[in-house]
Amino acid sequence: MLATVLGALNQGFLKTLQLFGVTLLGAIPLGLIISFGSMTRFRPLRWLTRTVVWIVRGTPLMLQLIIIYYVPGQIMDSSPWPMGENGRFLASAIAFIFNYACYFSEIFRGGIEGVPRGQREAGQVLGMTRSQIFFRVELMQMVKRIMPPISNEIITLVKDTSLARIIAYEELIKAGYDFLKGSHGYSGLLWPLFFTGVYYLLFSGLLTILFNRTERRLDYFKV
Amino acid sequence: MAILEVQELSKRFGDVEVLRKINCSLEAGEALSIIGSSGSGKTTLLRCLNFLETPDAGRVLVRGETVFDAAEPKKPSEAALRRRRLHFGLVFQSFNLFPQYTALENVRLAGLLLAKERPDFREKRKEILTELNERAMFLLTDMGLADRAGHYPHQLSGGQQQRVAIARALALEPDILCFDEPTSALDPELTGEVLRVIRSLAEQRTTMIIVTHEMAFARDVADRAIFMDGGRVVEEGPARELIDHPQEERTRQFLSRYGALS
Repeated sequence: MLATVLGALNQGFLKTLQLFGVTLLGAIPLGLIISFGSMTRFRPLRWLTRTVVWIVRGTPLMLQLIIIYYVPGQIMDSSPWPMGENGRFLASAIAFIFNYACYFSEIFRGGIEGVPRGQREAGQVLGMTRSQIFFRVELMQMVKRIMPPISNEIITLVKDTSLARIIAYEELIKAGYDFLKGSHGYSGLLWPLFFTGVYYLLFSGLLTILFNRTERRLDYFKV
Repeated sequence: MAILEVQELSKRFGDVEVLRKINCSLEAGEALSIIGSSGSGKTTLLRCLNFLETPDAGRVLVRGETVFDAAEPKKPSEAALRRRRLHFGLVFQSFNLFPQYTALENVRLAGLLLAKERPDFREKRKEILTELNERAMFLLTDMGLADRAGHYPHQLSGGQQQRVAIARALALEPDILCFDEPTSALDPELTGEVLRVIRSLAEQRTTMIIVTHEMAFARDVADRAIFMDGGRVVEEGPARELIDHPQEERTRQFLSRYGALS
């Protein structure tokens, strides 16, 4: 029984990791783009971006998952998502990337706006181009500033992946819960569900160590 | 020919006219001090010269070449703007060193970025880097900071940081070095070391514009002085004369508040 349960939980954890990884890879660059949109001097774009961020941050991720997965099928003749698990993964990934990009964008915006104006001006009078100022001067200071809030958000993401269960994506919590409902020939088993907590704890513990190390490596300067 | 000529330069922020038709000029090797109360427009003038603000009217000429003309129909390209900028260097009141770089790296960075754009950078990489390092080290030594080259800004005192900032501005060999209240952010006991450095630059005939509240310093170091009030040049003349024997009533009032008049 133990081997069966652990095997199924490992499977679920792998799916959790996939969603986690893809969300990070997509949400960080998209978040940067959204943060530029929310800071642009072109007003219509700034308002549009900030409205979208408000909506995404102001509604539950679970609701967004349901809308993204089910609504296109309601409007069109058939659901645009591939059948089965692939479709559920794709829909989850898009919902998660968009949701987390909006949160990240606000953190990035804070990080960029937090770099004193004098830094950019010092770069300008030294004849640096805009991109040199961003990459050589502002970026590192921004990274240092945003490390704590980003770490926090990423740890939250580890656990938020469990929301994908609502559209039956077979992540870790679903794998555990299935033993309660009945799967692999067992039903009414409660402990596998509780045991998923160990996976989350270990994984977020590992990330915490990683983030602490990164923060310590940025300790050589102060902003 | 004057190295710098400012003609009818005007700038407004909303309803406030910060600069009203400023005219002034500077000869090579000359140090000019600008005095005046806060809000008189002296910092804005420096920022306009360094292209950090765009004047609404007027012209700026360096060695007879127009580097800024408000009547110019289109904005210069970024590349052109950078070339024009490099005529000027600016030392900020709040230093603005880059915190993630050591003193040496701060001094070297801009020169390195410019060198990378040279077509022969790849072949001569080693020599160029050695040259940049030596030059940065030479400047820091000149500022009395040879033993601080590897320190990060937060490990330096305010006076040391400002001297690194001066070395950084000098590294690009600007035609005109501008100081925006270089000692205003410093504790009184640290102003001396920065003023000494600026004084020695003046002795080496560095062309400089110094915005300062240190009246005694403005008088002793600069060749000429300008008193600004309400965005206008009220009085202009040899530094010693202007500060010891001001002709205008407003200059007199300002200087007596500073206790500079006996």
